[in-house]
Amino acid sequence: MSRVLVAGGSVQLSDGAADVDILVEDGVIAEIGPRLTSGDAQILDASNCIVGPGLVDLHAHLGEPGHEDAETIASATRAAVLGGYTAVVAMPDTLPIVDCAAAVRHVQALASTALCQVEIAGAVTSQMAGEQLVPMAEMAELGVKMFVDAGVGVQDDLMMRRALEYSSSLPIRIAQHCLVKSLSANGHMHEGEWSGRLGIPGIPAEAEEIMVMRDIALSRLTDSAVHFQHLTTAGSMAMVAAARAQGLPITAEVAPAWFTLTDEACANFDAVTKVMPPLRSEADRAAVEAALHAMDLDAIVSAHTPHAPHTKDQPIQEAPEGMIGLQTALSLTVDQLNLSWDQIFALMSTGPARIAGIADHHGGPLAAGRPANIVAFDPKASWVVQPETLASLSRNTPFVDRLLTGRVRHTVAAGDVVVMNGEATR
Amino acid sequence: MKHLLQIDDLDREGIENLLHLAEAFAEVNRRPIPKVPALRGKTVAMLFYENSTRTRVSFETAARRLSADTMSIAVASSSVAKGESLRDTAQTLEAMGVDAVVIRHHAAGAPHLLARWLDASILNAGDGWHSHPTQALLDCLTIRQRLGSLAGSQIAIVGDIKHSRVARSNVDAFTKLGARVTLVGPPTLMPPGVQTWPVEVSHSLDAVLGQMDVMYLLRIQQERMTEPLLPSNREYVRTFGLTTERAAKLDDSVLLMHPGPMNRGIEIAGSLPELDQSVMVDQVRNGVAVRMAVLFALLGSGNQMDSMLPAAATVGAQQ
Repeated sequence: MSRVLVAGGSVQLSDGAADVDILVEDGVIAEIGPRLTSGDAQILDASNCIVGPGLVDLHAHLGEPGHEDAETIASATRAAVLGGYTAVVAMPDTLPIVDCAAAVRHVQALASTALCQVEIAGAVTSQMAGEQLVPMAEMAELGVKMFVDAGVGVQDDLMMRRALEYSSSLPIRIAQHCLVKSLSANGHMHEGEWSGRLGIPGIPAEAEEIMVMRDIALSRLTDSAVHFQHLTTAGSMAMVAAARAQGLPITAEVAPAWFTLTDEACANFDAVTKVMPPLRSEADRAAVEAALHAMDLDAIVSAHTPHAPHTKDQPIQEAPEGMIGLQTALSLTVDQLNLSWDQIFALMSTGPARIAGIADHHGGPLAAGRPANIVAFDPKASWVVQPETLASLSRNTPFVDRLLTGRVRHTVAAGDVVVMNGEATR
Repeated sequence: MKHLLQIDDLDREGIENLLHLAEAFAEVNRRPIPKVPALRGKTVAMLFYENSTRTRVSFETAARRLSADTMSIAVASSSVAKGESLRDTAQTLEAMGVDAVVIRHHAAGAPHLLARWLDASILNAGDGWHSHPTQALLDCLTIRQRLGSLAGSQIAIVGDIKHSRVARSNVDAFTKLGARVTLVGPPTLMPPGVQTWPVEVSHSLDAVLGQMDVMYLLRIQQERMTEPLLPSNREYVRTFGLTTERAAKLDDSVLLMHPGPMNRGIEIAGSLPELDQSVMVDQVRNGVAVRMAVLFALLGSGNQMDSMLPAAATVGAQQ
């Protein structure tokens, strides 16, 4: 029997934080209580740490299969567990695209090397081309619970309507990448004062908002849930809050880059600032932050998008979009926002676990009998983001050289100690 | 001064120093043998990712008149066409021992990246819609020669502001030298955030026609008609083209400018470039002098710039 004792931390429980220990036996939380004795258990010293449910990432591009020069499932999930995650939802825009049962099985087999749970998202349409729905029911039987045309979005109104209608009878959720192609196809950064000055073709906030508006309407029409990926604008925040107030089944995520940085970051012409949707204005950034503080959103995600280093050594207009984020998301969230630990675990663990359909294994509250997915985070430990401290094979983060306060000390994924004292165990 | 990437990096004094230097080189260019040994032993590479005849030839002429060696990379027929990256191409050039790279690129910021990657001096010869600093300097020199100073002058820049690196650099340079700039064009050709620029914006050429000291016309590219940013050529000419009727209302003292190449019959009526008010030939001539000044400022013995120039010019004259 494998036994692990997480000792000495401040544990987030359903009725608040308590200074208790957690005993894990064979992958399950056996006991939570003060000063547990452990016998032969492996002891994880969590003193001065906040201990909570392992984080769940709704939105990560793992690179493999197809883009192994940028990332593999092993390297991505190593970054994930170092960032406190015990489950990640892998986006389907791999090579091949995950748009059929065979592709699901293929990625599931590859994910056997993962350091944490990998949930596989499927595409909504075949080849993400927007013309034909994927076999959702067959893929759902293999465990796919989220479908999204990652990075492109379902552009056509009727196709999105049908996807929502069809999905409503299945235990799955449609997610949407919100950017209207006709208003964004030629753009490389947020359209505004900075794009005007820099002479870089822009993407207006409205390119996102028009799709958010449409999909809220289609959710109402079809009575079907829709999840909005990485929203970035003040208008989107307002529309989502209003739709939720009306009781529509709308969920939404944001990612740290958009509550931390603005389009001004592009002024140095470094393509590491290129991401899609683009970094927005300060007013948008502040609105995202305010929506999080108001808990008008469901999830903070990593939006982890690895690119091989040489591909970012290009002008913004020629480089691919995206930033890595698995290893920095929690630290940036703690650093940048004034959220309670309750709120942080709601946004980064329990909320995403519910949306991903894995709340039976992941998310809070920590309790005896639950699978042992646990993170111990030292809020006082500071670290500098540097290439050699990142587990990802890629380096495309704008936060290099940034001093962050707070770091993951231990991660236990399904009872397995995958991070101990800030180091991945494999 | 290590690089010239954008006018933004220069203050008023920096611009005026370069113009002063350019005037001295303009004098050199009027001599029977317009050549000085100022940059003898230096190598200047021309790296042009966009087709350009006048700018490339202007830079090459400038470098040769300073006795620098030049090499020209025609991107279309080079290793770039085989998929070599900008960074690898630039580093290859540097390994060959170039002292400066003159780069034109279709993407904004490409020169800024080179400046980060290489030890050589980088000279921006136009990057996307972003910046074209030597064009702005030669335009300032041309206006200064005719008006004495830009301070207090009224300059209209007419046409496709949004996609124009010339407009961006000229707004920066003209306003730094004290001119009052009005941008004229349809809303679809104005850049986002233009209301934060230190300029006036007008959507009527007729409204500004009689008030300007300088009419600066920009090229209208044919692809703007298909985007769809403009209804048609004819509609543009009707509203924003410098037609013969509009030209007849221009004061004799107005300067008529264009960065070239022109679309006769669109932004300017076919016969108008030959008007007395046109200073387009001066612009081209000044282009060489300005580029000599910039190359000298980047590669010449820096802190002796002012004292060295007359000496260098004298040596050249004696040869």
